[in-house]
Amino acid sequence: MKIKKGIPLIDQHDKNGFYGGKFGGNYIAETLKKPIDDLTKLFEKCRKDKNFIKERDNLYENYVGKPTRLIKLQNLTDHLGGAQIYAKMVSDANGGAHKIYNAITHAMLCKKAKKKYMCTDTGAGYNGKMFSMVAKKFGLGCKVFMGTRDIERQKPNCDAIRKNGAEIIPVTSGSKTLVDAVSECIRYWVSNCDKAHMGIGSLVGPNIFVKICGFSTAQISRELKIQLEEEFGEIPNKLKLINCVGGGSSAYGFWSEFFDYDKKHIELIGVEAGGPKNSKLHAAPLSKNSKIAILHGAAAYCVQDSDGQINETESCSSGLDYPSCSPIHCFLKDVGRARYTFATDEEAFAAYKLVTELEEISPSLEPAHAFAEAIKIAPKLDESNIVVVDSCGDSIKDMDIIKKRLGSYSR
Amino acid sequence: MKSEINLAFEKCKKENRPALLTYTVAGDNTKKKSLEILKSISEYADILELGFAHNAPTADGPQIQNSSYRALKNGIKLKDVFQIVKNYKKSKNAKPCILMGYYQMVYRYGEKKFVKKCKQSGVNGLIIVDLPFPDNKEFSKLCKKNSITFVQLLSPTTSKERMRKIIASSHDMVYYISMLSITGGKLKVSPKKILENYSKIKRISKSKNAVIGFGITNKTIAAFKKADGLVVGSALCKGISDSIKKRQNPVIKLNRMVKELKSKII
Ligand SMILES: Cc1ncc(COP(=O)(O)O)c(C=O)c1O
Repeated sequence: MKIKKGIPLIDQHDKNGFYGGKFGGNYIAETLKKPIDDLTKLFEKCRKDKNFIKERDNLYENYVGKPTRLIKLQNLTDHLGGAQIYAKMVSDANGGAHKIYNAITHAMLCKKAKKKYMCTDTGAGYNGKMFSMVAKKFGLGCKVFMGTRDIERQKPNCDAIRKNGAEIIPVTSGSKTLVDAVSECIRYWVSNCDKAHMGIGSLVGPNIFVKICGFSTAQISRELKIQLEEEFGEIPNKLKLINCVGGGSSAYGFWSEFFDYDKKHIELIGVEAGGPKNSKLHAAPLSKNSKIAILHGAAAYCVQDSDGQINETESCSSGLDYPSCSPIHCFLKDVGRARYTFATDEEAFAAYKLVTELEEISPSLEPAHAFAEAIKIAPKLDESNIVVVDSCGDSIKDMDIIKKRLGSYSR
Repeated sequence: MKSEINLAFEKCKKENRPALLTYTVAGDNTKKKSLEILKSISEYADILELGFAHNAPTADGPQIQNSSYRALKNGIKLKDVFQIVKNYKKSKNAKPCILMGYYQMVYRYGEKKFVKKCKQSGVNGLIIVDLPFPDNKEFSKLCKKNSITFVQLLSPTTSKERMRKIIASSHDMVYYISMLSITGGKLKVSPKKILENYSKIKRISKSKNAVIGFGITNKTIAAFKKADGLVVGSALCKGISDSIKKRQNPVIKLNRMVKELKSKII
């Protein structure tokens, strides 16, 4: 098992859609075989089409806002007294998170497929919000599947989804979170695949959805590479890129230009949700060495019991509260190119608190997990080390949770 | 030697009627009750499908989901499912039994171990909802080697060319999904249209036992009499839910329901 240089990682699967021979695939109902084949052909055609790429780049520039900033967190750096800490402010993107990139590609594909509406899943509400935004922009209908537990805890994003004219379909089965939302969205697509376009909100699902998502979020690291060269004159030779990992779409996007570098040169660190310190539940299949499961059409490390039932997860951050992860991250773990760890709820809140006290930024609880890791490692490193954290979401959606936990919330 | 599944279809053909296939979930609403249900409905059904529950089903509607969650809440494990089949197959009027579920459960158990356990328990066939052709080639071979029918699925989105390939690699029976739907959906296509699609399968292979499932209830079943076999699942799962709600015995209720279904196709 090895990464091939010079080829996008999303394309390094075999003919059955497996990375490293065992992660991913297409475990789907027969009914979805054709819609998925059709989507695959359409996507492969579009990504080679200059006009398609031009239209997309134009949207990134004028609609998403490009590039999102790379800023130095001088106060945090001084406070921790070690590595120099930077943040890539992906939350600058229109809508407030990286999910906009994937949503745009899906809306463009939906149009090309001549379908009139899209369905998607959401946990933190960001993916749903972005789909609702682009649906409105493209004149498409939009159905967002969301667990009722997440509807309760991510109200600001739900309000935004509805304001954009999209429909939220509450999902009450199972743990009432992202895992159930994705299942319900796939079920909906099975019944409506002739009319609806489906977009999955992260780097998960049957192979084509992994590819579309990675193709989209890769914009983040294209920008980052240029910004690093501008800031340092070259790619720094002790660089660490830290990203939270739920499904793994933002981590893939943040890292995709850098897989070919040696890990001693550029270290890639993924941070999963460790859940509450005193709870057995977590959403960290990679870092807690879960076994492989088949979930949502793909084989990937996933928290499960010995009989194969998917375990409940727990995390303060809806966006990371997912039992499985992307086949691509499983591959990156097994080949040793990326290192995966976790932060507990407590560590994420503490990181949020420290970062917002010292800096003029306000990351949501997902990237707060990544900041927690930066805070852990920075003091042990000297200033020749550059640590960049992907601040991939804005805290406004977590206002209520933060207020309850820390006593106050201000922006 | 002919398989039990084949013999069941032959018997029905002789009687000039489609085979009646039922679907219930192992452990719904308890391990004991689900076994009693199987024994009881064997009076009228020709082949019994038995679901092994998974908690992240991507192709099941609310009725079967309810049954699955009920079974899981009652602590059903794969080993119990096999035990239920084993006990059922010892009963005097036992019919062929097909296990149905998601690949994750098989994968975690281990393909070889799973198939071996099926054989030991007397399972006659397997339907794996999310292991489509051609990805199922190896697994299907493994089943065949162990005298277990791997049931290939076909749907309205399956192209003719693909149908041909799937049927060519199929065993004693194929399953036609009547419409674009998860289980338990309302019949949104006319029986006429469904039978038209179904006849495509029969034209490719006249002798292949082909059953129709999804959306079949006692209201619609009579319209499909021409098929080789008909599967009723969600309606029965709903029957169990209803009887629990009314504090009635689901065994009696299901016996009555299957009897009525049978009466409409003879
Ligand atoms: C702000 C934010 N960060 C991270 C995630 C996790 O998803 P992924 O790992 O795909 O980036 C989400 C998901 O909803 C999110 O909203």
